[in-house]
Amino acid sequence: MRRVPDRSPRNMLQFANPTRFMTFSARLQPWLWGSAALVLAVGLYFALVASPVDYQQGQTVRIMYVHVPAAWLAMFCYTTIAISSLGTLVWRHPLADVSARAAAPIGAAFTFLALLTGSLWGKPMWGTWWVWDARLTSVLVLFLLYLGLMALWRAFDDPARAARPGAILALVGFINVPIIKFSVDWWNTLHQPASVFRLDGPTIDMSMLVPLLIMALGFTLLFLALHVAAMRNEIMRRRVRALRVRTASQLSLAEATAS
Amino acid sequence: MTGQIISLFRREVALATRAGGGATMGVVFFLILVALMPLSLGPDLALLSRIGPALLWLGVLLATLLGLDRLFKADWEDGSLDLLTMSEVPLALTVLTKTLAHWVTTGLPLVLAAPLLGIMLNVEPKGLAVVAFTLLVGTPALASIGAIGAALTVALRRGGLLVPVLVLPLSVPVLIFGISATQSALIGPVPMTTPLAVLAALSLASLVLAPWASAAALRLALE
Repeated sequence: MRRVPDRSPRNMLQFANPTRFMTFSARLQPWLWGSAALVLAVGLYFALVASPVDYQQGQTVRIMYVHVPAAWLAMFCYTTIAISSLGTLVWRHPLADVSARAAAPIGAAFTFLALLTGSLWGKPMWGTWWVWDARLTSVLVLFLLYLGLMALWRAFDDPARAARPGAILALVGFINVPIIKFSVDWWNTLHQPASVFRLDGPTIDMSMLVPLLIMALGFTLLFLALHVAAMRNEIMRRRVRALRVRTASQLSLAEATAS
Repeated sequence: MTGQIISLFRREVALATRAGGGATMGVVFFLILVALMPLSLGPDLALLSRIGPALLWLGVLLATLLGLDRLFKADWEDGSLDLLTMSEVPLALTVLTKTLAHWVTTGLPLVLAAPLLGIMLNVEPKGLAVVAFTLLVGTPALASIGAIGAALTVALRRGGLLVPVLVLPLSVPVLIFGISATQSALIGPVPMTTPLAVLAALSLASLVLAPWASAAALRLALE
């Protein structure tokens, strides 16, 4: 008799089993890629064609539709890593470490994209590729944190031993994410203050806010698709490693008995 | 328990100050860094006196990295770290003691050397006092954040290369508020107490919180 799987949230731990995660994510993946492509296509149409030109910034305002979601995702990825790290340290959840490790390069890529597009926008608007403004500097520091985290994970010979030191570093670095968010309000320098998430409502026009939010949704879906794919790769990489270690130990055992 | 902490503190200070301890290396490194600044920037005294306080802060930040590699590694290699974890003193307190001893032997000499090296950079007398004071407030934060990096990499063969990469991004807030406290005391317009209070808060908070993270990392290294 086939057991009916319990899908209540209380039983979310069933996905702790990597094999269950693999079957579940294999079914989820086409939907994630498909919806990400669809939403991004719609968002790019609105962002690049249908949205109005800014009266001050001209066509360069369209860079914002990539820049702002990338910056949001840069912070969202780090939050994902921090929550996963909590799962590694508190519950020793086997997939939490896989999730944190898979999210780091994606987060670094989004952070780099935000810095790059910001720089491309800054040249015509501010007249310089880079300024040492608080927001830019703290995003650069976030990028360095990603690199440090990836370097620490790579420094261990055994990936299983790297899990918890990496989680500790990720949580310590998590202090930086609120500093990024509020640095603009604290130092109040060249980078414009928050214009979407404000207590008195967004200050940008609806014709620009809607494409921006569609792009943000598309970026988030893209992140989820990439993250699930990277997690699957990481699990398979670990299985290959386990097989290699087992084969090597069997070989050395066979040699020892033969001699 | 207090006796154990005091004897651990004295052991750390003795190990660092006796032959081979390398406590003075930080100051020598700091001197070299400051000597390199005029060589790279040019011997313009007006320029040096203007950016001198910032150069001193930067030099101290880099010099504190120097001794971190050995902070836990020597104890880990000869097994005394195992003994320290088994004592009745909580590991976080042990880490705090070691961090404070490390600060007394490496951080404090840098704070005391900063005004002397500041004279070489033509910093005005008020600036020398202000830099020494902000460094005194800020360096405990640098030491305790650095201890996290040292603890995370203790079991790694090439950990020494990794420590600066892990620690420097985390010390950015300390540098920012240390510099802004110094600048606002010398130039204004913000009263010095505002950034100084944040700097002191960073120091106190990291002295309380960082030993927990370091202790957790050390326990993992000993598994």
